Amino acid sequence: MKTVSLTIDGKRVKAHEGEKVLWAALDNGIYVPNLCTLRDNSEPSAACRLCFVEVEGKKQPVPACTETIEQGMVVNTKGPGALRLARTALELLLASHPVDCAHCPSSGSCELQKIAAHLGVKLKTRRFRKLLRELLVDSSSPVFIYDPNKCVLCGRCVWVCRERLGIGVLGFAHRGFERVVTTFGDGPIAESKCRDCGECVVACPTGALTFKDKQGTVKSAHKERVETETTQ
Amino acid sequence: MKITDLQSVLPAFQGIKSRAESQWRELRDGGKPVIMVGAATCGRAAGALEVLRAIKDELKKQRLDCPVVEVGCMGHCYAEPIVTISKPGYPPICYGYVNPVIAERLISEFILGDDPCLEFVLGALEENDLVPSFSDFPRAKFEKKVILKNCGHIDPEQVEHYIANGGYAALVKALQMQPEEIIDEVKSSGLRGRGGAGFPTGQKWEICRNAGGRPKYIICNGDEGDPGAFMDRAILESDPHSVLEGMIIAGYAIGARYGYIYVRAEYPLAVHRARLALRQAKKLNLLGKNILGSDFSFDIKLFQGSGAFVCGEETALIASLEGEPGIPHYRPPYPATNGLYGKPTLINNVKTLSSIRYIIQKGAEWFASVGTERSKGTAVFALAGKVVNTGLVEVPMGTTLRQVIFDVGSGIQGGKRFKAVQIGGPSGGCLPESALDLPIDFDSLTDAGAMMGSGGMIVLDEDDCMVEIARYFLEFTQRESCGKCTFCRLGTKQMLEVLDEITKGKGKIEDLDMLSWLAEDIKAGSFCGLGKTAPNPVLSTMSYFRDEYEAHIKEGRCPALMCRELIAYYIIPEKCERSCDACVGTCTVEAISANKKRIKVIDQEKCVKCGTCLDACPPQYNAVVKLSPPSQVPASK
Ligand SMILES: Cc1cc2nc3c(=O)[nH]c(=O)nc-3n(C[C@H](O)[C@H](O)[C@H](O)COP(=O)(O)O)c2cc1C
Ligand code: SF4
Ligand code: FES
Repeated sequence: MKTVSLTIDGKRVKAHEGEKVLWAALDNGIYVPNLCTLRDNSEPSAACRLCFVEVEGKKQPVPACTETIEQGMVVNTKGPGALRLARTALELLLASHPVDCAHCPSSGSCELQKIAAHLGVKLKTRRFRKLLRELLVDSSSPVFIYDPNKCVLCGRCVWVCRERLGIGVLGFAHRGFERVVTTFGDGPIAESKCRDCGECVVACPTGALTFKDKQGTVKSAHKERVETETTQ
Repeated sequence: MKITDLQSVLPAFQGIKSRAESQWRELRDGGKPVIMVGAATCGRAAGALEVLRAIKDELKKQRLDCPVVEVGCMGHCYAEPIVTISKPGYPPICYGYVNPVIAERLISEFILGDDPCLEFVLGALEENDLVPSFSDFPRAKFEKKVILKNCGHIDPEQVEHYIANGGYAALVKALQMQPEEIIDEVKSSGLRGRGGAGFPTGQKWEICRNAGGRPKYIICNGDEGDPGAFMDRAILESDPHSVLEGMIIAGYAIGARYGYIYVRAEYPLAVHRARLALRQAKKLNLLGKNILGSDFSFDIKLFQGSGAFVCGEETALIASLEGEPGIPHYRPPYPATNGLYGKPTLINNVKTLSSIRYIIQKGAEWFASVGTERSKGTAVFALAGKVVNTGLVEVPMGTTLRQVIFDVGSGIQGGKRFKAVQIGGPSGGCLPESALDLPIDFDSLTDAGAMMGSGGMIVLDEDDCMVEIARYFLEFTQRESCGKCTFCRLGTKQMLEVLDEITKGKGKIEDLDMLSWLAEDIKAGSFCGLGKTAPNPVLSTMSYFRDEYEAHIKEGRCPALMCRELIAYYIIPEKCERSCDACVGTCTVEAISANKKRIKVIDQEKCVKCGTCLDACPPQYNAVVKLSPPSQVPASK
């Protein structure tokens, strides 16, 4: 496969032709915040809007997960326009998130925390109204707990369960602010065709899906996987 | 897809055409009066079906045998139900505001007798010495009917009417042209997509024609979901074959095999008429295998959408057609190269497609002779709100807003003052008086902070609060947002929260800054056009009507007296008539009582601000008023 060379944050890097800027950056040790994309998903969902970068010659910041690299491209992941959009997006997510880190099993491995640190954003945002939804927690599964209040709707679990595993327990429902990840017919997970494999938990970047057995081996696998996926 | 035998197309059509023409002639010149009733959704809502029944009953009673035809919408929706009578010896006369009683009189006095009932006349369709014709109306100077030409003048359920009025001749002509020639013609006409964004149609066709992959598809976008808009519905209900003809020509030009008409299920009459039109076209071999004996085969299916606004966005629409949730997908690739089932797909708006036949038939030059430098042809608007003549309007691009609202629309209802015009629906903006002389085209409206959108035009007067209007539209987009991306799902919700507070008098002046920068971020950061344009109603009202926002925040005052929490109802003692009790009984919460002098007083604690007392107070007293802020109410003695 042909390689293409480009500059990201002043660093000359190489990547495969056709690659998206996001992966080119991550593969070369340059972190760009991202939540909604997985490498093996060929169509970026481009939903979280955290991965904005600036590209020389383009008037507006673009999402790194949808922008295809080009020979000689000059990318700036720290441009003021890109950071402004990423920070607003993150703060919007945090304003509708409980931010109850002290009691959350995912604290420490949570990507929201990581992105907030990267962008220099406080977890308790002041710019927005706190808009929570008070949804019911589903602990029916023998393996994991689903707390939709902590979900950022990145869609990773939906994609993994449906496309990677071909099971399709989880999906999106409702529109606008009411949008949620849920089972078909909104029933408890234990009553769905869930096979308890826990891959969705591994994929979840926040504390929305957590293993019941917190000390178990699976949990540490979770952390490892998250780290390799996002910082590679 | 070359036409191998040009000769075969013409004779096949000649037969169809002469049969249609003789049927039309029989109707028009059959020596009998012809009665046409406007029975599109707008007419039906006003009672057209009752009028139709009254006409038929009366004809039967009088033992009269004359054809009664259901036609579509003429555009004069303010005067529905509308009945047109063409009686030999008279010009075709159009009657407005008809009810069953008037309908009976028209039959007994005009059809049976010879009194054309001038008191009910709206106008004549032709110039004559008896009644003023529509062409004498001042508005006629500004209107130019191209794609609305047939609407209200033919029976949309009879393909013969369409053919006799020149229908499908463009298809026959197109089938004798090379596909590239057709695309060139559409390109040089300057036609831009009428779905809102104004993308050059010919260019889209060319990209789709040159794209690899088979089969190719054509989609007609009839999702039309903006509040106040009904242009596409009216066209599908009044002249469905014009849309079909455009689709078939497009299919031939780009080499497509299949087409879909995407109509929202809430438009049952449009669905019914489009379906019927498909069956008729198929029967005449204007659709289907080897159209009119040519090498070209094309089929169209109708798909009923679930009625989500976001499904009008092309990638969401395609997902919905594929049976997936109607959520926008990432572009590029664009549908023109990778659309339905991953195949090249041309997606055009109803009005875009119904313009095609005129371009092919009359030529690109003719089409381009109307309009402005960069926006050619006509613009169709659904004129609604506080304007006198609500309805469908078609004017050349470049007509000013003032001409549309005041000359065509006859100005503001009830002699009130114009305040703003909302154009482009939830994606558009509100333009003030100072923008009225703006020539309408795609670019001028965008520059002014509004948008052509698909053609909704809502006129607002002094009683409309601009903050509330912005809040209303944002509530709509927030509800209709698919919820996929962060800015649109959560950003518009935050904005809505703030607007809610402002309309309730709980806003802070810093909130205005927050609204502006968040709006900019939502526009720059959203995934699809819905989010990218959602802040427009807020931004445009904040830039043109900032004083109203400030009055709400700083003084707790709603200048238009519309925001319920910021007004109070008050009975002016000097105006209240001692002997009158009209308001007392109408108040549902018994908040009104009479004092010792028999002057009525509203208990502000009990009042729920429903406003019935204001309506109940007889006009000769006019004692009930709205005050804002509520502290304006004098303390009771
Ligand atoms: C939220 C949203 C809603 C839309 N709704 C419609 C619609 O109801 N009808 C329509 O023709 N185009 C609509 N569009 C535009 C379509 O995506 C597309 O641009 C259009 O159908 C192309 O046709 P045209 O080139 O003939 O305008 C919408 C776009 C967005 C972003
Ligand atoms: S902008 Fe709104 S409608 Fe469009 S993808 Fe994002 S959430 Fe959905
Ligand atoms: S990772 Fe690019 S938008 Fe979510």
